[in-house]
This record gives sequence, structure tokens and C-alpha cells, in this order.
Amino acid sequence: MLGLNKNDATLFLVVLALTMLAPFILNPFPEGSGMAQFNAGYPDLMQRFVIFGIFAIGFNILFGLTGYLSFGHAAFLGVGSYAAIWSLKLFTLDVIPAIIFAIILAGAFSLLVGFISLRRSGIYFSILTLAFAQMSYALAYSVLTPLTGGETGLQIKGTDTPLLSNVADGEIGRANLLGAEMSSGFDMAVGSWLFTFNLGYYIAAVAMLIAFYLSIRIFRSPFGMMLRAVKSNQQRMNYTGLSPKPYTLAAFVISGMYAGLAGGLMVAMDTQVGPERMFWTASGEVVIMTILGGAGTLLGPVLGAGFIKYFENIVSKINKDILHNWFAFLPDGFEDVMVSLVYPFVGKGWHLTLGILFMLVVIFLPGGLVEGGQRLIGLFRRKSKSSEAGKADGTEPAE
Amino acid sequence: MDQIIVQILNGLDKGSAYALIALGLTLIFGTLGVVNFAHGALFMLGSFCAVIMSRILSASHTVIDETRTDFLGNPLKVDVPYVYDWFGEAAGQTIIDWAVPISILFAIPVMIGVGFIMERGLIKHFYKRPHADQILVTFGLAIVLQEVIKYFFGANPIQTPAPEAFTGSLDFGVWLGFDPLTIMYPYWRLVYFLFAALIIAAVFAFLQFTTFGMVVRAGMADRETVGILGIDIDKRFTLMFGIAAAVAGLAGVMYAPIVAPNYHMGMDFLVLSFVVVVVGGMGSLPGAVAAGFLLGILESFASMPWMVDKLPGINQIIIYLVAIIILLTRPRGLMGRKGVMED
Repeated sequence: MLGLNKNDATLFLVVLALTMLAPFILNPFPEGSGMAQFNAGYPDLMQRFVIFGIFAIGFNILFGLTGYLSFGHAAFLGVGSYAAIWSLKLFTLDVIPAIIFAIILAGAFSLLVGFISLRRSGIYFSILTLAFAQMSYALAYSVLTPLTGGETGLQIKGTDTPLLSNVADGEIGRANLLGAEMSSGFDMAVGSWLFTFNLGYYIAAVAMLIAFYLSIRIFRSPFGMMLRAVKSNQQRMNYTGLSPKPYTLAAFVISGMYAGLAGGLMVAMDTQVGPERMFWTASGEVVIMTILGGAGTLLGPVLGAGFIKYFENIVSKINKDILHNWFAFLPDGFEDVMVSLVYPFVGKGWHLTLGILFMLVVIFLPGGLVEGGQRLIGLFRRKSKSSEAGKADGTEPAE
Repeated sequence: MDQIIVQILNGLDKGSAYALIALGLTLIFGTLGVVNFAHGALFMLGSFCAVIMSRILSASHTVIDETRTDFLGNPLKVDVPYVYDWFGEAAGQTIIDWAVPISILFAIPVMIGVGFIMERGLIKHFYKRPHADQILVTFGLAIVLQEVIKYFFGANPIQTPAPEAFTGSLDFGVWLGFDPLTIMYPYWRLVYFLFAALIIAAVFAFLQFTTFGMVVRAGMADRETVGILGIDIDKRFTLMFGIAAAVAGLAGVMYAPIVAPNYHMGMDFLVLSFVVVVVGGMGSLPGAVAAGFLLGILESFASMPWMVDKLPGINQIIIYLVAIIILLTRPRGLMGRKGVMED
């Protein structure tokens, strides 16, 4: 299907189903129940899932395939965001041109940065990209204020009159797609469940599906093989008469364009930008996402992005009262002990859990969550096989 | 002229911090071949050693003072630090006042211990893994360390003042024949610079003039041969990791009065220190120190008003700009050794 082999097509269809049905899947708990706060099916968070998914997929094309660890990818996200917001402010309130501008500008900027940074590899490459990103952040924060709005950032104001959109004077324009506003959508109530369908989410989801499809094609293409060759042995590649530079540069620009797409979508969903989007911790976040999910795997980055955003938005909201509720079945003393044991790791301390988890993944699971999942499946397969062989009396296989 | 001297002086204290962190980073990289992204966190831990020490020293118990009354007419409750009881009030006050310098004594064993645990517990297993893995795992460790500190000390900066004797400023210009009050330099920054110079000298002397240091240098040059000669180089390298951690920690302890410690100060310094290491040349100790001071001074020159007028924003990006230029023109950095991380 679509030039994919059977396994990839299945994977793609699974991702397609998951993203399209996300409002259902992410809202497993009925409204008003104690678990309702673990519902992630609200538009804002779902949009973040897919947008950061795109960002991480793009980063994975660079890091997962070529092994070049960029610590400055947030710069491209930021450039994309600024390009998109200017398109919304000056050109048209339609999001499609904004996203296209974001991709083009981020691609151009990543071409420049990549051309210079890729002259070195290893830790030097990381430092160079980091230096470029920090420079962009510092400039966006200070000197480029007329372009970037400085510390306050940019948002659509009542004074903005985009060229192609009819906005009444003083009215604050809203981003739209062919006239339909991003925030439009409808709610569906089934029993005590409430599912929200949101146009913005579906636009971002379609963008992510396209991005995901392209990344599968890149992974399976001869070009992808070349990128892998860069990672495994550059010297050998040189000896066979191939220069790695154009391949790595292409990968760098592609991943920069992915970042631009993510930045553009971010602006389309929530029409504002600030320079903190380019700070190096933002670059660090996408590194963590990709590694946590599994660098070099197709699904890993998306999983990692979803995982971290879920933590950031849901787990961080757990407070002491909720913990007391959870452990209420324990005797009083135990309850307090459990709460004080668990509390440092949730709520405001979620970064701690994330850091520990990240370290564990780097140490024990270089393939990230995806490898962990595969190992688990492998383990159960072996077990169920041996149990089938051992006792044929119809016990349930562990799968 | 006086402007130039002022800027050089201003650059010195920041440069000292960069140099100390970069020195530790280079020690670790040169001996163990590990890129330690948690080094900034060690700097931060050092700062918090100062915070902890000043809290321990000012730990107090409540005493009811019968001679005075509060506004309700009850006997006044006064918090009396334990050190007052032990050493008398005057001496106790001095001890609390000197909390930051005293915490140096506390920080050295703590930081060496932290370094030991880190190396034996975690880094040891990463020698054979790619540099990217080392960066990632130490980056994770840095997050964990700073979150632990955040859990215990909160997210807000904690003021830790320098001893009263060092609060003023030195009128440096008078010594050089300028008018009074043209070149003022806070005493504590001078102390910091001298302290940094002392530490750097001590590390170099340790490596240069002791048998232990000689073996370590030999191990840095050729680890395998030293091993073949029957020397357990790993053990010595572990100790070097501890020393590097202590250097970063001491840099942090003494920096506490300059910038109030907060849990993410390490990360801010780490990024710059890495740039410093790369500019100085990976694996070169003198390079790290020289680049630290150089970049510190360059940064303060770039923030001079007329400089910012001519090239707006230059003060924000100068370090990165220099790093990019150096990396592209001198691939080994300023004083990089041949064959160390060249690719």
C-alpha cells in the first residue's frame, strides 16, 4: 500500500487509527469520575501530542539515522513559529500558507546552520548546533525585537490587517482553514463520557500522518540506507567513494523542515510565539523524547513525545490530596508513608521521574520504549510457546 | 584605559568560574574519556554545600528571654544559634558570618564522595559506549540532581552572603595611579579570582609534581601501556573524577555569594563551560583555563556600552560566535592535543 511493505503498512494504519480515534482513546474515564483527570482527550493536549510527535519524528531522521546529536533543534521550531505568525499577521489568516512559510524558512535556516555545523562531527557538532540555537535565542530575545517581539513575543493583535483576509478594524483575527476556525469542533456525549472533536487537532493529526508516512519512506529508501551508513561507518563510506556530507546535510535540512512544520502548527493552534521556544532546554526536550521512545525506530519518537507531554500535563497535576485518595485503603500510618514516598515523584516533581526514567532507558534500553515493548513481547512469546509445549491442557497463554 | 581595566577585572570572576568548571570537565574527559554533562550540576551541588553549611551553622534553638517582653507583654522568645552556646556570642557570630568560606572544608569531602559514587555507580559502565550515550546519561543525571535539589530547597534562589569583611569594594584604580573611584572592584570577586587561581595552581601542581599526578598524566597519554606496567590506572582515574567534582564544587561554593544559588544555575553554566572546553581544545588543561579567562573577559568587553551601541546584541552572542569561528578555523581548539577527539 502506498509503496510500503506489509509491516510498515500495518504500522501506518495503526498510527492512522490511533490518531483519528484519539479523542476516544485518550478519554477512557467518564466525566466526573475520580480518574477523569487522567483523561488526555482535550484538544490542547492532543494537539501538543501530535505537534511534538512531528518535531521528534524530524529529529529522529537526523539523530536516529545518522547519529548526529543536534542540541539546537528548537531554533528551527522557533524560526518556523516566527515565520508562521508573520504570515498570519501580514498575509492571510489561513493557516496553510503560514505552515508553508514556516517549513520553507526553517528549511533555509537549517541549511545555513547545517552547512556550517556539519563540517564537524561528534561532540563538536553538538556544541556547534547548541551555539547556533543559543545565539538565535539571544538575538530573538534582544536585538531582533522588532522582528520577534523580544521577551513578550508576538501574537495577533487588533491592529493587524492581513492582506487577504477581511478583518474589521480592531477585531482580533483568528487563524482558520478555508474559513473554519481552528478552535471549532463539536462535543459528543456518550453516557457519562464526553468526547471533544476539534478541527485544529485533526489538521495537526493529518500533518503528523503525512510526516510519519514520509519518515517511513525515508527510512526504507536508498537515501535512508546512506544515512545509516553514515552512522555505522563513515570511513568505509568514504573509501567506497561516497561523500557523507550531502546526505547528512539533506537529513539535517529535512529534520529542520519537520521542526519548522511543528513550529508552524504550534502557531496555527495557538497564535503566539515567544523566544523561550528556542531556548536550549527545548532542544534538550526533543532529544529526551526521541531517546525515550527509541531513536532510530519509526514509532519511537511519536511515543516518546506523547509520553513526555502526558507526563508534563497530567502527571504534574497530581497533588497530595489525590494521592491520599489513592492510598486511602491502606491503614492510616501506611497511607501517610506511601504518600510521602510517592509525592516527590509526581506533581511538581515529575521532572525527577522523567530524569530517572530517561537515565534508565539510556542505560538499559538503548532502543527506548519501543525496544522495551519488543523485548516484553518477545518474552511473552517465548513463555507462551514453552507453556504450550510444556502443558497442552489449554492454559491461557500469557499474551 | 580605565574602562579597559574595569572590563578585564569584571571578566576575571566569571572567567574564573568558567575556567574552574572547564578544568574539571577536561580532567574528566582527559582521564576517563567521558563527556560529562552533569558537571554543571556538580557546580550547583557545590553552591548548595554553601547553603547547607550556612543553615547548619545557624541552626538554633528557642530560648525564652525573661528580661525582655514582646508586644503582648509575654517573655520574648529568642532564637539562639547553637554556635553561640558553644563558642560565645562574638565568636559564634563570626562563624556564621564566615559560613561560605567554612563550607569549603565541608564541600571538599562531600564533592569527592559524590564524584566517587558517580564514577563507580554510573560512569564506569559507559566507557565503552559512544560519546552520545555518555552525553545523554549524564544529561539525565543532571536533571535528576537538580530536581532533587529543587525538592529539598525549592525553586527560588537562596541568598548566601559573603563574610562581612569582604562586602565592600576595592578602589583598584588608586593603586595604578588613576583617580579614586574610577575602578572599583568588589572584594569578594577579588577573593574569588585569587581562590580560583589557587585551585588551578594546586591542580596543576598535583599533576606535575607528585608521583600520583605523574601516573595520571601517563595514563592520559597512553592508558594501555600504563596498565601493562602493572598500575591500576582505573583507581587513580576514579580519584581524578572525585577531584574534578571537587573543583567544580569549590567553584560553586565560592560563587554562592556572587549569584544566589538556585537549582538550575548548573545548567546555565554547563552550556557555556562546554563551549569553553571546546574553544580551549578538548583534553587540554591549560587550554581550558586559558579559554575560560579569555571568554570571560571577552564577554565583559562585549557588554561595554559603546560596543553594544555599535553591534547591538553582541554581548549576548559573543561567546557562541567565538566558539563557532574557532571550531571552524582551528578544529582542535586553541591548545588541543593531536589525536584527541578529532573528527
